[in-house]
Amino acid sequence: MKKGYFGTFGGAYIPEILHETFRRLTQAYEDARQDPQFWREYLEVMENYSGRPTPLTFAENLTRHFGRKIYIKREDLNQTGAHKANNVMGQGLLVRRMGKKRVIAETGAGQHGVATATMAARMGFECVIYMGAKDVERQRPNVFWMQQLGATVVPVNSGSCTLKDAINEAMRDWVGSMDETHYVLGTACGAHPFPEMVSWFQSIIGIEARKQILDQAGCLPYRVYACVGGGSNAMGIFQGFINDSQVELIGVEAGGEGIASGKHASRLASGAGQMGVAHGYKTLFLQDGDGQMRETHSVAAGLDYVGVSPILAHLHATGRVRFASADNREVVDALKKLMRYEGLIGALESMHGVARAFAEMPSMPEDSVVIINLSGRGDKDIFTIADALDDPGWREFILQKARQYQNR
Amino acid sequence: MMHADTSSRLQQQIRACRDPIQIMSHIVLGYPSLEENRLVMDQMVAAGVHVIELQIPFSEPIADGPVIAYANQESLRRGFRVEEGLNFIAESVRRYPIPILIMTYVNILMARGVESFIQQSATMGVRGLIVPDLPLEEAGSAMEWCRLHGKGGLDWIHLFTPTSGMDRLEALGRHASGMVYCVARRGVTGQRTDFDPALMDFLNRCRAATTVPLALGFGVRSHTDVQQLIGKVELAVVGTAAIEVHLSQGVEAVGRFFSGLKQAV
Repeated sequence: MKKGYFGTFGGAYIPEILHETFRRLTQAYEDARQDPQFWREYLEVMENYSGRPTPLTFAENLTRHFGRKIYIKREDLNQTGAHKANNVMGQGLLVRRMGKKRVIAETGAGQHGVATATMAARMGFECVIYMGAKDVERQRPNVFWMQQLGATVVPVNSGSCTLKDAINEAMRDWVGSMDETHYVLGTACGAHPFPEMVSWFQSIIGIEARKQILDQAGCLPYRVYACVGGGSNAMGIFQGFINDSQVELIGVEAGGEGIASGKHASRLASGAGQMGVAHGYKTLFLQDGDGQMRETHSVAAGLDYVGVSPILAHLHATGRVRFASADNREVVDALKKLMRYEGLIGALESMHGVARAFAEMPSMPEDSVVIINLSGRGDKDIFTIADALDDPGWREFILQKARQYQNR
Repeated sequence: MMHADTSSRLQQQIRACRDPIQIMSHIVLGYPSLEENRLVMDQMVAAGVHVIELQIPFSEPIADGPVIAYANQESLRRGFRVEEGLNFIAESVRRYPIPILIMTYVNILMARGVESFIQQSATMGVRGLIVPDLPLEEAGSAMEWCRLHGKGGLDWIHLFTPTSGMDRLEALGRHASGMVYCVARRGVTGQRTDFDPALMDFLNRCRAATTVPLALGFGVRSHTDVQQLIGKVELAVVGTAAIEVHLSQGVEAVGRFFSGLKQAV
């Protein structure tokens, strides 16, 4: 198979100006991968700075409720509250090795932006984050934190003003700045070596989870669920079980307002994704007959993306990973349940995996062991969640706060 | 390979011209409209532009700067469809005596089937394809289809960039046909370019890496810029600057702008 390809997906469809940059990045990545000291250093940083290993929490109350043994992998407990920390710290160490001084990143929900900004602060890099103008509006708290952490946040007003446009803008920066700048891509997408490299850093989730489930449940899980935007948290946990053919792996995409409505971000489960090339790689994209990318919809900004990891597209094609979707309403219902039963506030992105797992509980044999990857925590979504729950107390608070600011 | 190169129609047309330097201009189809594109092309050709590249808009134009990226987006927002764009291109080839090239991103080709897109371009009489996100490593089939269906009439146009080492330029040069598009600097289209010794050194390396004519683009904006390129490259590519003139001063100003550039010639 051609380097950087997973079946027919992947590759490096990059402008010629970046050819040399990618050659050097691939070399640095391959050297790091050959060097056991690099992974040791990575584990030390993740333990000391991000609290790893994250727990695999036995969800006692949900287990009683559903009659299936439910375990939750707590990526929400990472530094900055999501699995994104695994990727940025890994790439940060690589940036140090390459001797670059400036990092740029795209962000959708803002989680990857915040994670990159913390990494840059910690490692002493200059940091610029590109974020769709719509997302800046939806995720103001994350913008606030990125700025406090010393990053420059650039709102992107082109295209659909969301994640894909932030990626394009970051690429435009990079084609001019590659000599001193590394582009910290946030997910297992983009041109080779990004899908493979990001998946490598995220594999820490699955390595831990496999060991933890064997310790705690004494057996491998029946199923593993993870949400899929670009696909990095799913790649992270799935890799731990990919060779255990008896473990079913389920990737859950954003069903938005329902697949039938057309307002969703489901590329694989909906069957709507068409083979294409954009953002540097080949995968199934949501696009029209002319090859123009379509608008996507999700209550979760982090799942609102037109493409999907080429590695996951391949695992979908081979049948190793099954894909499903959860719609906005199911996601909010699942969040209410998770909060009330287990006291966990999951990110709206992560709740897609939880929602689908809940929906499929009846189809599993009783006492089945199930792992759900809780890729991030939901505090950041307080505005969106409060809207979705139509909470009167919150509305009153915001109105009062607004009056206070107006009177200043 | 070298034999096929020298027989390319585009290369012959460029070589046949006696002007000390030729001008290649750029149009984003459907922006602001195909009707206005037509008027602008009439102006360009009347002003003596030698080659025109027509860009088929794409929703993810990663290699383009703000002005051209915005033009892509606006064209799509106004309902541009690839089919009508191709009809416009076919008509342009019939209407004007100069070579017409297509510039776009590879997904536009893929959506119609890369081979059938190339076949259709060859049939229409398009002289070259510029696809900045299909690098050499991925362009094998596309180059083959250009040779097969174009029979010397349609070239796959490669890009040289200042970040490429000599071995990379030579690798690209071995596959070059028609012309090579040299990117003047790092960054995207439309930013300022310094016409300094480093650029001239890059152009010397480009010349050493291929026998086909060279076009230089990215940041060529003025009569002075064009003049400085005489003897260095066969063609100067003017894109963003002309779009800006069109938008701020109207269609006729485009004709005056290119007539001004031609005085350098």
